[in-house]
Amino acid sequence: MSPRADLPRWADIGLIPLANVLLAFIAAGLIVLAIGQNPFDAVAIMLDGALGSPEGLGYTLYYATNFVFTGLAVAIAFHAGLFNIGGEGQAYIGGLGVGLLLLRFDHSLTWGPLLPLATLAALLFGAAWASIPAWLQAYRGSHVVITTIMFNFLASSLMVYLMVNVLNQHGATNPETREIAASATLPFIHQILAGLGIPMVHTPLNLSILLAALASVFVWVYVWHTPWGYELRTVGQSERAALYAGVRPRRVIVATLCMSGALAGLVGVNEIMGVQHRLLLNFNAGYGFTGIAVALMGRSHPLGVALASVLFGILTQGGAELAFEIPAIDRDMVTVIQGLVILFSGALAHLSRPWLEALFALASRRTAALRSAE
Amino acid sequence: MTRAGSTAPAVELRHIDKRFGEVHANRDVCLAVRRGSITGVVGENGAGKSTLMSILYGFYEADGGEILIDGTPRRIRSPSDAIGAGIGMVHQHFMLVESFTVLENIMLGAEGGAILSRGAAAARREVERLERDYGLGVDPDARVSELPVGAQQRVEILKALYRGAETLILDEPTGVLTPQETDQLFRVLASLQRRGATVILITHKLREIMAVTDEVHVMRAGRVVASRKTAETSEQELAELMIGRKIRLARNKTPAAPGPPLLTVSHLSLHDERGVRRLDDVSFALAAGEILGIAGVSGNGQSELLEVLAGIRPPETGGFLLDGREVTAERPCPPAEMRALGLAHVPEDRRRLGLVEHFAASESAVLGYQRDPAYSRGWLLDHGAVRRHCAALMEAFDVRPRAPSLRSASFSGGNQQKLIIARELERRPKVLLVGQPTRGVDIGAIELIHRELLKHREVGAAILLVSVELEEIMALADRILVMCGGRIVGEIAAAEADERRLGLLMANARPLPANEAPPGGGDLTPA
Repeated sequence: MSPRADLPRWADIGLIPLANVLLAFIAAGLIVLAIGQNPFDAVAIMLDGALGSPEGLGYTLYYATNFVFTGLAVAIAFHAGLFNIGGEGQAYIGGLGVGLLLLRFDHSLTWGPLLPLATLAALLFGAAWASIPAWLQAYRGSHVVITTIMFNFLASSLMVYLMVNVLNQHGATNPETREIAASATLPFIHQILAGLGIPMVHTPLNLSILLAALASVFVWVYVWHTPWGYELRTVGQSERAALYAGVRPRRVIVATLCMSGALAGLVGVNEIMGVQHRLLLNFNAGYGFTGIAVALMGRSHPLGVALASVLFGILTQGGAELAFEIPAIDRDMVTVIQGLVILFSGALAHLSRPWLEALFALASRRTAALRSAE
Repeated sequence: MTRAGSTAPAVELRHIDKRFGEVHANRDVCLAVRRGSITGVVGENGAGKSTLMSILYGFYEADGGEILIDGTPRRIRSPSDAIGAGIGMVHQHFMLVESFTVLENIMLGAEGGAILSRGAAAARREVERLERDYGLGVDPDARVSELPVGAQQRVEILKALYRGAETLILDEPTGVLTPQETDQLFRVLASLQRRGATVILITHKLREIMAVTDEVHVMRAGRVVASRKTAETSEQELAELMIGRKIRLARNKTPAAPGPPLLTVSHLSLHDERGVRRLDDVSFALAAGEILGIAGVSGNGQSELLEVLAGIRPPETGGFLLDGREVTAERPCPPAEMRALGLAHVPEDRRRLGLVEHFAASESAVLGYQRDPAYSRGWLLDHGAVRRHCAALMEAFDVRPRAPSLRSASFSGGNQQKLIIARELERRPKVLLVGQPTRGVDIGAIELIHRELLKHREVGAAILLVSVELEEIMALADRILVMCGGRIVGEIAAAEADERRLGLLMANARPLPANEAPPGGGDLTPA
């Protein structure tokens, strides 16, 4: 056993995720090399595609907005010791809530008053969808990982049923609703910038990125700066200590999972009110699952989640560019690269820790030796 | 290798040094253990004795220094190296598979080939030989889960001997034993010594050192500060060496002046999840201004009693009256309401119940009172107020280091406990439940904790003290109840209590004839 040092906090939070991403890129690079392409070119195309133009940047941040919502959802549940795999379904149902509200009121209200209402609808629908697994976990001991996965399938089936049989337009064969009135949709960032006299290309980035920022601040305040957050973290650390402290762990579990579902539901605001402007199938597009990786990588801290969301935004947008530029690297290949990042920052999150710890121990002994030599 | 004739020490540690980050756990430790001796290593919690033994047993590698076994330097980098060097260890918490038999446990890791029955037959012969030699008195076919704690410990000793241990390290071996079991352990150690084995006994109980060891090394703050022949020292001297100054354990001097009963328990019974009866018709009353001690071997219902009285579990049948509030299965009283009624609880399981190890000390210092408006500004937690509160508690109870932002887990056991007691006493509770207040706590902290408990008795608090340390109960309590198998099996006034009577009640046995009294059993007055 080689001597190790505890890592300083900045290394724990900053360096380890960075090392993990680096490892993921090395592994991905080897795969790119194996199919006969230059990995450095691939990285350059990815970064340029994601960050090199206002258009790429807009897409990157639009994806990141969704990842923030689902990442926060997973993160807040983590703090209570719960693993919410159901972000996918909760986002889907959250979108349903937004869609139903907009379809009902889009001709009577403008987006200004509708935004808080749509947000509320997304929160409520997402929370409601999470509440059943939450109740089952707290009062019946059914593991939340299992039930939330099953609820993803249920959400998917429910949406297909609704879109095919109930909500689709009269006479149309497409499983989607009518378009929402333009006055009721969220302004795009390029529209806002145009209003200020700054020209910008059209991207799906819209006002809900501010909602993502607000949600991040909310989670930070709630978890670390309220008595309820204190109780939530106590339950996550030790249910017995929580019982001792007069906390009712079951209530906290239900409340936290509902909040988690509500956060995931906010994807609906971005997608339905911000981008798609109608209800349709599969707008949740895997954001819920990526949220798990985002939360793992962001160490369940809102700031970390935001940074990880941007990284996954870059991967998603840059990956699309990559598939376009280098035909040998197709969409599946891009999925492999994203999968590697998830693997290294999630499942193998502590792979690099012993090496870094040994490195820090070596460094601290060096400085100690230098000091004693003086 | 013939070792019997050699005059070199069985184990010699030279200039052992070990750091954990900022903590200098062992500093230049030199220590020799004479072959065939029983050598004690004493020190307060955090003095470095466990670290030292973990280095000897290969759990940690020292940063500097060397280990000599029988005069030859050895590298011990893992427990298997240590076993190879003839060193065995009996841990404080047993490492046994409860559902296995004694023989299966002993063979574990040394099964001897792919065919289990062949190895088992060889193992059985060897175990029978060891049994003849040392007289440990364990049945190889008994299931470990069915053995009493004292016998499980002897299985651990047998396991070490089976692996060829000539030097045996025992880490706080008596913490879980009744006085009678302790005496039996000491007889086993003496028989090991007669057969030429070397024993290293780590403990913080000085009476045990005086009773069985030949030599004793005292550790303080990572160093060996003194080495003595046991015959030439005294408990008082060792205690002073351990903490580096004169100590005065609190004595229950003033006579009790019990007021009206504040807590009346009647016919309380409870079964656990598996249907095992944990509390069996428990009734007693606790008055203001008295300390009621509950003695018993751990695991005889004391923990469950505390949890029910603290509101963590509702009563099943029966109930209790807390300052006018009736608590029954139909009318349970959650912990938050209990606190509001003036009850405070210092839980037995300090690290999992009393605080949240991952939290900053300041956060642990409001555990249970997190909704108190004193720590909030509107809907938000006032971290400044939380920190100031913690700093005040640390100052009042001498918690070291005085670092409210440090993780709770980074404090030593004694300092964690001081913080918890500070938190629970701060609100001047009418009824105080205290579980194992000084388990794993150093003498300096014990002194302070005892003093504070007595102080609160003086001002009229009703204190229920659950402890497995008889000395502590006898020093503090006014009346003593003994629990065994979930029942109250006896009540003794503190003035009439002695260790032997309590021990017999704890084991729920009838008194022994006088000539079988364990050695030193009647001697109650600690130095």
